[in-house]
Amino acid sequence: MQECRIAAHEIACRRGERVLFRGLSLALHPGDALHVKGANGIGKSSLIRILAGLLPPFAGDVRRTGPVGLIDERPALDPHLPLGRALAFWQRMDGPADSEIARLGLSHLLDVPVRYLSTGQRKRAAFARLLGQAAPIWLLDEPLNGLDADAARLGEDLVGEHCAQGGICIIASHQPFELKGMGRLELSGFAS
Amino acid sequence: MIGRLAGLLRRDLGLLLLGGRRGGAMLPVLFFLAVAMLFPFAVGPDADLLRRTGGGVIWIAALLAAILPLDRLVEPDIELGFFDQWALRGISEEWVIAVRMVAHWLSFGPPLMLAALPASALLGLDGTTLRTVELGLLAGTPGLAALGIIVAAITTGLRGGAALAGLLVIPLAVPLLVFGAGSLASAGESGLALTGAVSLVLLAIAPFAAGAAIRAARG
Repeated sequence: MQECRIAAHEIACRRGERVLFRGLSLALHPGDALHVKGANGIGKSSLIRILAGLLPPFAGDVRRTGPVGLIDERPALDPHLPLGRALAFWQRMDGPADSEIARLGLSHLLDVPVRYLSTGQRKRAAFARLLGQAAPIWLLDEPLNGLDADAARLGEDLVGEHCAQGGICIIASHQPFELKGMGRLELSGFAS
Repeated sequence: MIGRLAGLLRRDLGLLLLGGRRGGAMLPVLFFLAVAMLFPFAVGPDADLLRRTGGGVIWIAALLAAILPLDRLVEPDIELGFFDQWALRGISEEWVIAVRMVAHWLSFGPPLMLAALPASALLGLDGTTLRTVELGLLAGTPGLAALGIIVAAITTGLRGGAALAGLLVIPLAVPLLVFGAGSLASAGESGLALTGAVSLVLLAIAPFAAGAAIRAARG
């Protein structure tokens, strides 16, 4: 796996007139996983977007080495296209990497238009997109939302395998996420 | 990078040209023909009047037809998270917009130029006027495409953005219309050249203006 690292130094996040959190620092090295916890609206998604470089931090700075893969509530798949073709678009963007379609239980859904898929099926499709990207840094915003128990366990396994191969994973979720040796970060400790 | 841009173009053409999302390329063309067809009913069957005003009517119809697809140019891809995923892969908003501008023009420029043939017959235009109209559309529709992309990107995320986009495009399209339709009345070749010049300026600005607008909408 590609060389990867992600570090944030004293970052603060402001949404509108409110500062959601401040003084947050973290550093992750290859193989590390971190679970960011906190109540709704505390800024978990904003933190993920700041770490991904999609949102500028109100203060502080973020350093990344290596490409970032992101899962959030939007699957970035064309709703009118059959799942297979919607995923094929990202395959053309990312190059050939194994998306583990069969393991994610998507094989029989490839002909179904994305708009007819359930929330959980879309989430699994987002995992397929993420795996196909083969990015060393994973930023997952509520990755288990809508997944049934089996699929949630599969999600945990995928993250475990990714970190075992030297990847980095940061998960923002209010749900429990079971992974050995995983770091925890309670975002409410940085609320202002 | 070239392969990725080709992939983008392929998806954009699928969405805009083949009517992936709502309507597709036929809708602006039918709208354009409907306007050209209604005009003689409205002003009466005076052949001389139609011949004199017909070219201008085609231009107005082209402008209105170019406004139709604006709401599906940028906004759906932001809502679905495509722009974020592209940004993470190092594909800048500017590149995406440049590619989409090409696809958008292909989806309405050439079809409108084809539709101008039956429209000119409905309005009784002669061969010389038709030639000027076609050349003017060739010079002007890329500018309309660029303008449409800029405005669609700026109004994205605003409530009533689609209606606002249409309202914003019309005054901004005045230079194109003045030179493009003006080339019919008097200016001739120089009018066509100025239409092309306005188009080129808009084409050059569009990726950067629209890219900045999309990044600003993210915050």
